Amino acid sequence: MIIQAFAFYLFALTAIAAGVMVISARNPVHSVLFLILAFFNAAGLFILLGAEFIAMILVIVYVGAVAVLFLFVVMMLDINFAELREGFLQYLPIGALVGIILVAELMLIFGSWVINPEAAQIIAAPSAAPAEITNTHALGRLIYTEYIYLFQAAGLVLLVAMIGAIVLTLRKRPNVRRQRISEQISRPVEDVIEIKDVPTGSGI
Amino acid sequence: MNLTADLMIASPELFVAIAAMFLLIFGVFQGNQSTRLVSWLGVGVMFIAAILVLAGPVGRVVAFNDLFVVDGFANFAKILLLLGAALTLILAVPFNAREGIPQFEYPVLILFAVLGMMMMVSANDLISLYLGIELQSLSLYVLAAIRRDAVRSTEAGLKYFVLGALSSGILLYGMTLVYGFAGSTGFDDLAAVFAESAGDGAPIGVIVGLVFIIAGLAFKVSAVPFHMWTPDVYEGAPTPITAFFAVAPKIAAMALFVRVMLEPFGDLFDQWQQVIWFISLASMILGSFAAINQTNIKRLMAYSSISNMGFVLVGLAAGNETGVQGVLLYLTIYLFMNVGTFACILAMRRQGRMVEDIDQLAGLSRTNPKMALALAIFMFSMAGIPPLAGFFGKLYVFLAAIEAELYTLAVIGLLTSVVGAFYYLRIVKLMYFDDPLDAFDQPVGREISTIVFGTSVVTALFAIIILVFPLLDSAANAAATLFAV
Repeated sequence: MIIQAFAFYLFALTAIAAGVMVISARNPVHSVLFLILAFFNAAGLFILLGAEFIAMILVIVYVGAVAVLFLFVVMMLDINFAELREGFLQYLPIGALVGIILVAELMLIFGSWVINPEAAQIIAAPSAAPAEITNTHALGRLIYTEYIYLFQAAGLVLLVAMIGAIVLTLRKRPNVRRQRISEQISRPVEDVIEIKDVPTGSGI
Repeated sequence: MNLTADLMIASPELFVAIAAMFLLIFGVFQGNQSTRLVSWLGVGVMFIAAILVLAGPVGRVVAFNDLFVVDGFANFAKILLLLGAALTLILAVPFNAREGIPQFEYPVLILFAVLGMMMMVSANDLISLYLGIELQSLSLYVLAAIRRDAVRSTEAGLKYFVLGALSSGILLYGMTLVYGFAGSTGFDDLAAVFAESAGDGAPIGVIVGLVFIIAGLAFKVSAVPFHMWTPDVYEGAPTPITAFFAVAPKIAAMALFVRVMLEPFGDLFDQWQQVIWFISLASMILGSFAAINQTNIKRLMAYSSISNMGFVLVGLAAGNETGVQGVLLYLTIYLFMNVGTFACILAMRRQGRMVEDIDQLAGLSRTNPKMALALAIFMFSMAGIPPLAGFFGKLYVFLAAIEAELYTLAVIGLLTSVVGAFYYLRIVKLMYFDDPLDAFDQPVGREISTIVFGTSVVTALFAIIILVFPLLDSAANAAATLFAV
């Protein structure tokens, strides 16, 4: 128990600290690196909750793809972040006020939150009890059996998105010289090299 | 239920999906010179899919753990949308070759859009409904922007994309509310839950969710007040795409709308009827009045489709079997009138350039009497003059409205159709009584002239067609399957 509590506070505090650093770091590249740190700690929190699938997805998708993409964008675009951050203190009171209002509203919602007692009877309970099976396994069982239709349909949606991106952006530029390996190696020697017999002591 | 049986039930969708992927690979290897072949193969795919739909099960069957349903209503809608998509794809073949849209992805994307629509009309769960809509919409966004070097086409694509994403968000929000308060996303479960609680009224969250779902779906059928994107997208997109937009997605979205309202939410009729009533009324009024000022024929058709959707929604507002029969009949007629009109618009070319101004039709009866006659038939039909097809569509939805005692809606609908008659007949007047301008390019091409001929014959002789073919009965049977549950 103590180890669990210790791990929770470690992950949680690091995540919060990393989150603060994301918005306060001067260098935008550092901000993105702190964001990645925050994602890793959030993944640790998910593992503590027993949701190892979400933890894996968080690391693979957010760290592996999204954050790295951010990093590329930040490094490639020449944005003056110092200029963007001007007036940060000036807007701080308003921002803080909005934040406090949102927190108060969330607390009100959670204070009066009741789950519809009838919903529990209607809801389908398709997955096995979490003690018997890992949640990756449980998800896989559902996706590939009961929801195979939706899984395949989602795949088709992604395929169409890919086709669309290619149709709308791929341009054939005629004056770009590409390497054509088959042409290169099938050229006869005579067309390419000319062997000259150069007499010693004179030029060509 | 084993997987093989499920796959057999969904065989038309499976066939379209596999054929689309096959055509995609074929196109990738053959390059853009295969566009024509891929297009015709796409038409063939839709033809075979229609046969598979007809050969499919009779009566209501569900598959894939109740996510997917096939019934008479779904089959009727699928045949309609396959027909609409195939005809507009045929229209696109000469246009694309001429106007520089060489991409072989064009027919492939149309096939994926059609697949999405078939999934929409067969949806039996909120999630499969949403995935069908997204598959359809994503293909349509790309198709609207397919002429990526033309500013107006890309603008149309972007506008459609942004507003479409917004409407999907609204739709999803409504679905989460319904799921949260009812505890299920399946249509059958939802219907059971609402039937139980019908006496003491549905929880307020379900009502709010239902309104959001209606708003999202109204966007997809471009009903007022969610119609703003329609004129711009119709004007900006390449004309065969506009023809496609005006026909197939509208049929699919309307069929989906009817199913969602009547199957899962059928017991909440009192709650949604007033919303549909208002949307229908507003669409008819705005569609008729806003079209009067238009000079571009594609924008005119956009407003015409808005008012037509208003008329279709009258059938849904009635909420009875006659109403659904009227919806299906109206959509059938709408399909033929629209495909025919857009085929005529595609023939409006002068010196190899498309013209889209309504004034350019002046004196068409002298320069091209056949096309003028066909266009006049379509215009009279849309205005609802008997004995042309459009009259019967309006007749059946208004009969349903009278049966459901929606007298205000019926009377205002009739009045707006008189307003609509003004701008439809203005085109007829331009063609027959104004001084002729230069003739349009001749010949218009075999594809266009065949389709104009076919659709105008159907539109003109519709009174005979419903006597000879059991169209009324099959629409009635299809409508009955929704109420049999």
